[in-house]
Amino acid sequence: MATPRPPALDATGFQAPSQGLKLPYAWIVAVTAFVVLWLYGEPIAKSAFDYPKAYTVPLAKWISAAMKWLLNDASFGLFSFTELTRFISAVLDVPYTIAASLLSTGVLEGSGSSAIQILPPLSWVAVIGLAMLLGHWLGGMRLALLAGGCFLFLAVFGQWSSAMITLASILVAAPLGVGLGLLFGVAAWRWRWLERAITPILDLMQTIPVFAYLVPVLFLFGFGPTAAVIATLIFATPPMTRIAILALRAVPGEITDLGHMVGCTDRQMTWRVMVPAARESLMVGMNQVIMLSLNMVIIASMIGAGGLGFDVLAALRRLDFGAGLEAGFAIVALAIALDRLSQAAADKLSMPSPEPRTQSAFARHPYLVAGAALVIGTTLLGFVVPGIHTYPETLELSTGTFWSEVVAWINVNYFDTLEAIKNAMLLNVLIPFKRLLGSLPWFGVTAFLAFAGYRLGGIRLALLTAALSLFIAATGQWEKAMITVYLCGISAVLASLIGVPIGIVAATRDRLWSWVQVAIDTLQTLPSFVYLMPAVMLFRVGDFTAMIAVVAFAVAPAIRYTALGIRRVDPRLIEAGRAMGCTEWQILTRIRLKLALPEIMLGLNQTIMFALSMLVITALVGTRDLGQEVYIALTKADTGRGLVAGLSIAAIAIIADRLISAGAIHAKRRLGLE
Amino acid sequence: MTSAEAKLVCRNVWKLFGPGAAELLAQHNGHPGADAIAEAGLVGAVRQVDLDVNEGEIFVIMGLSGSGKSTLVRLMSRLIEPSGGDVLFKGENLLKASQARMIEIRRHQMGMVFQHFALLPHLTVLDNVAFPLDIQGMARAPREARAREMIELVGLAGKEGAFPRQLSGGQQQRVGIARSLAVEPEIWFLDEPFSALDPLIRREMQDEFMRLQTVLHKTIVFITHDFDEAIRLADRIAIMKDGEIVQAGTPEEIVLTPATSYVAEFTRNVARAKVIRAQSLMVADTTPDPDGPSVSARSNIAQAAPLFLDGVAHIAVTDDATGAVIGRLDREAVVSLMLQG
Repeated sequence: MATPRPPALDATGFQAPSQGLKLPYAWIVAVTAFVVLWLYGEPIAKSAFDYPKAYTVPLAKWISAAMKWLLNDASFGLFSFTELTRFISAVLDVPYTIAASLLSTGVLEGSGSSAIQILPPLSWVAVIGLAMLLGHWLGGMRLALLAGGCFLFLAVFGQWSSAMITLASILVAAPLGVGLGLLFGVAAWRWRWLERAITPILDLMQTIPVFAYLVPVLFLFGFGPTAAVIATLIFATPPMTRIAILALRAVPGEITDLGHMVGCTDRQMTWRVMVPAARESLMVGMNQVIMLSLNMVIIASMIGAGGLGFDVLAALRRLDFGAGLEAGFAIVALAIALDRLSQAAADKLSMPSPEPRTQSAFARHPYLVAGAALVIGTTLLGFVVPGIHTYPETLELSTGTFWSEVVAWINVNYFDTLEAIKNAMLLNVLIPFKRLLGSLPWFGVTAFLAFAGYRLGGIRLALLTAALSLFIAATGQWEKAMITVYLCGISAVLASLIGVPIGIVAATRDRLWSWVQVAIDTLQTLPSFVYLMPAVMLFRVGDFTAMIAVVAFAVAPAIRYTALGIRRVDPRLIEAGRAMGCTEWQILTRIRLKLALPEIMLGLNQTIMFALSMLVITALVGTRDLGQEVYIALTKADTGRGLVAGLSIAAIAIIADRLISAGAIHAKRRLGLE
Repeated sequence: MTSAEAKLVCRNVWKLFGPGAAELLAQHNGHPGADAIAEAGLVGAVRQVDLDVNEGEIFVIMGLSGSGKSTLVRLMSRLIEPSGGDVLFKGENLLKASQARMIEIRRHQMGMVFQHFALLPHLTVLDNVAFPLDIQGMARAPREARAREMIELVGLAGKEGAFPRQLSGGQQQRVGIARSLAVEPEIWFLDEPFSALDPLIRREMQDEFMRLQTVLHKTIVFITHDFDEAIRLADRIAIMKDGEIVQAGTPEEIVLTPATSYVAEFTRNVARAKVIRAQSLMVADTTPDPDGPSVSARSNIAQAAPLFLDGVAHIAVTDDATGAVIGRLDREAVVSLMLQG
């Protein structure tokens, strides 16, 4: 269908081919105007630099007031808002209590310290055995050994009880997240208007930093594991919704036609045709939800999730590196086990295999039978031999002191070197850049962003970027936002400087690429919390430490997109290049990199998004940016302050995302790839 | 073709994509010209289609990609809502039917085969074939019995427990055919059923399809972009171009008297002997010996020609249904036709 193109696009579209060498005049003028304003504008236009106080929008206060009203006065007639939140907590508390009893506390009678354990929790032997059985069922012996090994690691290194609390939260949050996401996805697929309504919300929720979710949850649902599960649900449901919508939309039209032709009702169409046909992609979503849940459950230790996240947090506060690192390793082990198991589950469940229908129930479900036998057997044996029930403390290994000693040794021997590196970076790069950004006029930046938006994506993008930038200034967040931009910017640049070359080198070497892929896949499954520990160990607190952690976290997408972009270049073009007698270097610079540019730009985009999400967490190591603002709000349960800071971070993310995406589309069009 | 009644009738059926299609049709009294459609910014996918599909015939709609043939077949089953016109199925106007009524009709009276098979990847062959019956709410035992029967019919016995991905393209389409037949449809839509298969398999599937039709006598709407396939299978052909039917008729009529140069382009390389039927070339005569060499009236000349190899001067032509001798095919007539190419 031919839709008329907007005139703005036509104008730029016609310019490009008509001139041979074209200077970007508009850009030069805009940059000049911006620099002039910046250097000479301060005496004339004071308010372009400092946002006038009188016009500040007290959004934080309004939100806080609204939340108070919600909590104290809001009512739906039959029941009040508080009763609703209590009801949700109570409902979610049921599955959580069951999961926690099974894995950690056992079945209790009574409450508090007077509680008596009626039934013990599953023994460690049983849990490891179940993990191995699951692994064997889903992916054979190798997966069984991997899963068993990861869980054994938790037991041997004394992380068992914390890990089981974390696991209990995930066992509750992940299935609920998958289920809710699927329901929303199905609803959005069925009713177009609903999709249009929730898409912007999904976009926003993906860019708001995780901490910002915690603040209102803390305010509405209090402190504790149930509130943590709710926060996890809020965090993990949107991606599943998005995946579900995409997966349903990707079902071939013929399958939909088939559903109508055999006379499906709407409900049959959804559950008998569409959802099963989309199940391969939906399973990928399940894996993502599980990993996101793990990430969030760790972070939600700040609002009382307990478990491994709490151990890391407590260690960070005590600066007890050994303990923190140990808990960190335990998170890694849990993450690897969950990721591999859920991936295998996705593969297995999306590719069903024929089942014999004739055998007895026992023979049909060997894994269930074995699992039940294991649970009953170990529980009974546990009463006789305590070591089977609880991992014997005498056999526990602790590497905590070892790591503390390693850190101490590094600090004794390399303190000066590390300190010198840190100070050199701080003095020559970080601080000057921070000063530079701090001195920029908010008005100039807003205008320039609008201009960039207009050139890259037309009037709508210009309005969006300007409005978001104005939002930051008007809510009084400008200064802190600039610190966020500075840290994020430097980290993203560093991550790209490291990641892009690795991607380029790995892309054309298949063996190296397969190794790099395993490495970055593993890096990406790790919860962001884990990245803090080593950085703090070496560089203590401050901006530099934050930067190191952010770079470590954000380097994976830079590598991945670069390598994928280069690998996806049409091999026929490479062949053509060879036939023309290009050297390898020419093939790389003239063909591969040129054509991979849009993909690399998307990688940069992802790097920035990753950097922003990590940056917020580095508030724990003492940054002074918007993330810190959210963190402070969290400790004070100040919803307004936390949400406004969170929205400001989202605004930065959206501006960067939209501008870079528009730029990538621009580049694609120029390269004739679209 | 002669006395049979029309099972499915399209009257002035239109499909215009884009906003404001109904208004445009109303403005132009149901017959907007190509210019008016373009001016309104619409795309005329199917324009002004009138056709009758008779009981028990194979009606082939042939057209190149973008000619609107796949849209047309979806208008007939109302998978796509027509912009204007009427679709009558056994005298009932489908466009006036409620959603519940449409579900009822599709469940029990329509079957469809898809170009890319549209098998559900999570179900076995047996469950795929039984799926339409399951949707109707039929109990497991009878629906599986019926599905097994259909699987047997299409020659896939023994593959009941396999999943679609374990089958070759030809086998997958056999499953698609078995599934569409499971409900014993009164009208059978086949949307380019063999286009995704490679040429040898395609040929085999065409033979298989003809074998099925001699057993089942379904009323069939068959979509294809392959003119040879159309000639081979059709009782009647409608040729589409740019959403319109440019010519409709028997294969013989189309090959012998193409209506436009566009149609002639297709017919140019078609061997006459493979199109012209014995009944068209025969001389009416009931005297020839029915026990000597004979062909049925509907066979084409290329099929009859080998019978002349041992030097007979003429052979008997028999009626398809009764087997009675109705005419005589002369050697000279056959030879002169074959020489024309």
